[in-house]
Amino acid sequence: MAEIPMAPALIDAAAFTRIEQTEGIHGISRPSLSYWQDAWIRLKANRRALWSLYLVAGLMVFTLLGPLFWQVDPAQQDVEQISQPPGADRNITLVPEYEPWYGSPDAPGEGLRFVADPSTQHVRIQWDPMPGAAGYRVYRNIFPIGPEQALGLPLQETDLSQTYFEDRLDLQPRDYFYTVVALDPRNKELDQLQTIQGAVTRVLSPSEARARGLIAEHAQAEIGSSYTLALHPLGTDYLGRDMLARLMHGARVSLFIGFFAPFLYVIFGVAYGSTAGFLGGATDQFLMRFADFVVALPFLLFMILLKVVFAIGPGESGILPMLLAMVLLLWPGTARLVRGQILQIREEAYISASRLLGAKTTYLVMRHMIPNTMGVILVTITFAVPSAIFTEAFLSFIGMGVAPPTPSWGSMCNEGIKTMLTTPHELIFPALLISLTVLAFNLLGDGLRDALDARMRNRE
Amino acid sequence: MWKYALKRVIQGVITVWFIATATFFAMHAVPGDPLSGDKALTERIRANLEIKYGLDKPLFTQYVIYLKNISQGDFGISFTQENRQVNDIIREHFPVSATLGILAIVFAAVGGVLWGALTALYRNRWPDTVIMFLVILGISVPSFVVAALGQLSLVKLNNLTGVSILPVGGWGTVWHMILPSMVLGLGTMAYLTRLMRSSMLEIISADYIRTAKAKGVPPTQIFTRHQLRNAILPVITVLGPSIAAITTGGFVVEIIFAIPGLGRYFVQAVQQLDYTVIMGTTVFYGAFLVFMVIVVDIIYGYIDPRVRLE
Repeated sequence: MAEIPMAPALIDAAAFTRIEQTEGIHGISRPSLSYWQDAWIRLKANRRALWSLYLVAGLMVFTLLGPLFWQVDPAQQDVEQISQPPGADRNITLVPEYEPWYGSPDAPGEGLRFVADPSTQHVRIQWDPMPGAAGYRVYRNIFPIGPEQALGLPLQETDLSQTYFEDRLDLQPRDYFYTVVALDPRNKELDQLQTIQGAVTRVLSPSEARARGLIAEHAQAEIGSSYTLALHPLGTDYLGRDMLARLMHGARVSLFIGFFAPFLYVIFGVAYGSTAGFLGGATDQFLMRFADFVVALPFLLFMILLKVVFAIGPGESGILPMLLAMVLLLWPGTARLVRGQILQIREEAYISASRLLGAKTTYLVMRHMIPNTMGVILVTITFAVPSAIFTEAFLSFIGMGVAPPTPSWGSMCNEGIKTMLTTPHELIFPALLISLTVLAFNLLGDGLRDALDARMRNRE
Repeated sequence: MWKYALKRVIQGVITVWFIATATFFAMHAVPGDPLSGDKALTERIRANLEIKYGLDKPLFTQYVIYLKNISQGDFGISFTQENRQVNDIIREHFPVSATLGILAIVFAAVGGVLWGALTALYRNRWPDTVIMFLVILGISVPSFVVAALGQLSLVKLNNLTGVSILPVGGWGTVWHMILPSMVLGLGTMAYLTRLMRSSMLEIISADYIRTAKAKGVPPTQIFTRHQLRNAILPVITVLGPSIAAITTGGFVVEIIFAIPGLGRYFVQAVQQLDYTVIMGTTVFYGAFLVFMVIVVDIIYGYIDPRVRLE
């Protein structure tokens, strides 16, 4: 054991200095955060949620600011560019005015052949008489003729003497496959046929060009010169309308329904559910049974009913009835959820404590119940947005929602699906936008749920 | 147990009555009726037709007759398809929809449970990432887009191989059922996968798993006996509502794949304002859904001993 000095040594006071108080000794190691600040920090830390937030912001910009930059009328038809995919050739050549044609028997070549260059003004074909034929039938297809002999659209039947045909039916700049089949005297097809493939070029006559405003009214039109048609960054649909403009305007309907309907029915559901949960007893039983009945109502039927109640005939847009039908029929989910939450919170110790301290009912509801269910409500809204967008798309898809002239993503999909095999871009773009929006909201909802769940606070 | 079932069935019957009533009055609130269609009728013919279909009676009498008939399972005669019983339409087309729906549910449930369990086992490793990415995709793509893309890729595949691997549309053989039921079940499967994953993850940290590990139960047995069995419970709860979702999705899939199911008929009847067919199919679908939810709830009480059915 060390020896303890008997007398205290002299302590030199000068050897000691007073320590300056520094920050951090008295302060709390981490800044105090409110519930929402904390949730925001955790949301920001979640990369997927953050990206989905950017995506939602991007969609809003696309919808609200897009039409300012891309001022194309979504209803305007560009008849020279129908069902054109993005990046298609936009050149058009000026050709002489159309003149009728009655075959040129001395056209050079053998068998089935084009007499002039196939163009959107006309496709002229000529063939040599086939042995044993009493007449001919001309077919046109946009796909190669496979072994299954799908010849496409029958265009005309000619008699024996006519071995030429002129096609002027809705020609588009693409490849066409023409087939001529020999017929017997009873118009039955013989197994003699010839097929020819031709790429149709896009042309325009001077009078048409003047009508479209491509050349000035009195300017000299030089045959053979080429012009550039209007730009459609995402292509055009089956009526020649600009896809980008339609997507932007369609987003208004889809996102309007997508935001507004959930907002309204979640509010109603919250009011309903908290009333039921707070009052309890027979009232609760009655209210919740009624909610069960509403869940069982068929949505589609009431959609139609509201459409008619609003005096909206078939073929007119029914945005308001769609909204109303969703609000009237979709609230029970939220109501149930909120009721469950309220029932749970009502039994919490801090409510009893607060009540013991003399808190009144309104104070309890405003200060404890609603803030504590806020997270759940927010998450419900976030998840309700994609389902509302889905519902809008579904209704417009089966023709019960937005009617044709008004674009919506759902109705665009509906139109696009019909030409899916030939021009898939008409389906893919609106479908992609629906999917992206729904994806963004789903990821955001996931992120929000994690961020708002106070139990998640100390994990990670 | 029996008392609970009886109570639920009575509740179900009241719900169906509510649906029937709401449907009846909703249909009659709509201006215009099936007789004011494209054919111009003389007053006389119109009056006769109204008598034939009972439209001349006061609304309440019509309602009483209607309730009496459906309680006997008679949904009446179609307005637009002459002399065709609504019961016949349901009998003919519902089995098709039901087959499609059952296949889709089975596909969704089996797939959802398997994928969900797999992702939980490989949590935060690559199988989890890949499957969860696909799941998010499955939830985010509307059913009609899935159906259209499925059909499109099948056409391309058939063209590429030169043989018809699966039929692209129509109904009849088992081969016709594969693609539509997969398309129909896909969204639900994605949803169930997510549910299964989170319930598996919750169970992994449960006390009884730790106990089982401490006892020395082999990991495979822990997985099958303790985790899987308990994690499936929430999946079963949502199966009831999922049936409703699959029924609605069925409308679109039936239209796209040209399947002669009841859903396609319903959409058609709604467009033609065919009173009796709409009311009949609505009440039928409503009763079916209510019944399915009750069945699922009773099964749930059977499987999960923690839930006491009272």
